[in-house]
Amino acid sequence: MSYLASHPLRVATLLGGHVEIVAVALAVALLIAVPLGLFAARRPRLSPWLLGTLGAIYTIPSLALLAVLVRAFGLGFAPIFVALVVYAQFMLARNVVAGIAGVDPAQVDAARGLGMSPLQVLLRVEFPQALPVMIGGVRIAAIAMIAIATLGGYVGGVGLGVLIFNGLTLHQPQMIVAGSVTASALAVAVDALLRLVERRFATA
Amino acid sequence: MAELWAHVAQHLTLAGAALALALLAGLPLGVLAAESAGLRGGVLALAGVGRTLPSLAVLMLLLPWLGVGMAPAIVALALLAIPPIVISVDLAIRGVPAAALDAAAGMGMTPLQRFARVVVPLALPVSFSGLRTAATETIASATLATFIGAGGLGDEIVRGLQTDDAALLFAAAAVVAALALGADLALGAAGRIVAPRT
Repeated sequence: MSYLASHPLRVATLLGGHVEIVAVALAVALLIAVPLGLFAARRPRLSPWLLGTLGAIYTIPSLALLAVLVRAFGLGFAPIFVALVVYAQFMLARNVVAGIAGVDPAQVDAARGLGMSPLQVLLRVEFPQALPVMIGGVRIAAIAMIAIATLGGYVGGVGLGVLIFNGLTLHQPQMIVAGSVTASALAVAVDALLRLVERRFATA
Repeated sequence: MAELWAHVAQHLTLAGAALALALLAGLPLGVLAAESAGLRGGVLALAGVGRTLPSLAVLMLLLPWLGVGMAPAIVALALLAIPPIVISVDLAIRGVPAAALDAAAGMGMTPLQRFARVVVPLALPVSFSGLRTAATETIASATLATFIGAGGLGDEIVRGLQTDDAALLFAAAAVVAALALGADLALGAAGRIVAPRT
């Protein structure tokens, strides 16, 4: 804890970098996963294959995928960013498919009967009903991404992992503990926050 | 190549020992959560927090107390594997139909007999899904054990990166990915085999 007390600014800056890379990667991942999930949700025969493939990629240990990405992109921001976007696909797309599958078919029929276009049905009926499950996916993805981003300290000099890996190199246990505790606290806080959001949309 | 196989063996030892420890602690905790309404909240809340902690952070947090090497890595990996086991065992036991328990009681089974002959077989498939998650994650997280000097395939990946040896890097990454995928598929199949036929 003493490192946290003596270098609050350093820890805060790295925490900011950690949040930033996870947030930006999550936004980019959503831009890919939501259309992908909607596409899969409409094709019941294709979706097990798509989710199976994404699931298999998700099973690959992050250090292994990251090492391959470092070969491809070099050290820095890029490999960790790409790894985060790739890993998030499974959790995000899976919950989009599950959310859409859980929509009450009677309400979709009723909306069509009212003369709504497919886009209107999607935006006004399916999306609002699927939202809590989708937010659940965002929560699980965000937690996993916060964990994977700690490796950004190893390959890119980004995020709280910098404290962990610099601490290892410099034999500074206090630095390692500061990085680990802050990353853990961030994960627990984001989990709690997104659970609140999830509950709010579930009751609405 | 010989060194790669030695690291595979080391990796499996790390993951296997951690999973065995996690089962020893996780199974009773899961049963406790399912059977005791008073303790369930606390046990599951703790498991929930454990589920959100980054694995690298857990490996590193033990470092000042337990030092480096295989033993602290096994302890950390076991701590990471306990929550999915506890959560799924609790879910599995509470999912056993009340009608099956009533029927067993009606047949004159003692609580212990009911647990052994009704609860355990019916709860096994869902419990297995937790073990599957724990096993896949443990094999993945064991790669990070290299950073606390515990060996395993993480050693090969790190060496491949440091020496810019693409062949070594890809071989190690492929082997560790194959181990994780293989464990996932094998335990998925095992889970279907232990499912009671209805």
